[in-house]
Amino acid sequence: MNETVTVNWYVALGALLFAIGAIGVLVRRNTIIVFMCIELMLNSANLVFVAFARQFGDINGQIFVFFVMTVAAAEVAVGLALIVAIFRSKNSISIDEISLLKG
Amino acid sequence: MGPVVLFAILATIAIVAALGMVFSRNAIHSALYLVLNLGTIAVFYLILNAPFIAMVQVAVYAGAIMVLFLFVIMLLGAERVGREAPEPWQRPLAISLGIALAATLIFSFFADPQAASTVTTMDASPAALGIALFERYVFPFEVTSVLLLTAMIGVVVLRSRKENRGG
Repeated sequence: MNETVTVNWYVALGALLFAIGAIGVLVRRNTIIVFMCIELMLNSANLVFVAFARQFGDINGQIFVFFVMTVAAAEVAVGLALIVAIFRSKNSISIDEISLLKG
Repeated sequence: MGPVVLFAILATIAIVAALGMVFSRNAIHSALYLVLNLGTIAVFYLILNAPFIAMVQVAVYAGAIMVLFLFVIMLLGAERVGREAPEPWQRPLAISLGIALAATLIFSFFADPQAASTVTTMDASPAALGIALFERYVFPFEVTSVLLLTAMIGVVVLRSRKENRGG
């Protein structure tokens, strides 16, 4: 029991990483870094998925990781295109500058 | 002792890399810290009997997504944003809320580790994953393809609209 790392530790690690990502989303003003923090949060969720898949010997948890990764990839593609478009029109990527729906 | 020490080392690297990503001034450094974090998480996947997901993690995240991030950062020259956190109360409030969130989530750490010692062996080879993906999850898989197509069309539309306005 003491020899192995239980799933609790992975849940705790995932929780810490998720909270760090949430802090980053709240603290940082650079839109690209906010996006990276969202990636970190998605990754911590993936880690917990895989940990529980291992815990219960069930492969479905690993399947879900694929869907989360797909959503992350689509989100990054659209988000970075939006950032580039906003930068071209406003010459800034600070999220405080992006306060208008109509550019 | 081996697994616990390995977990401790990797978890320390992951958390330090995450903190470095959040708190470094330069966006390039943030991206590189995130690559380090994704790499350690890939090693965790290997430990957790998910070799295929570990490879996908390295290829998709570290290989594709982070290259896209670095490319955009360098394209825009946006390593630094001028003013950070204009409101003085914003940062302490955000950090205290984040710590509260971490405390709430870590509460599950003290749950009863039910059947924690039963090491169940499962077949997590790419073949087994593929069979599960194409038998039970065919419909979500197809929806995923529609999602990716939508994202691709969205990016193309965003770019072409800018071209029209610019020229």
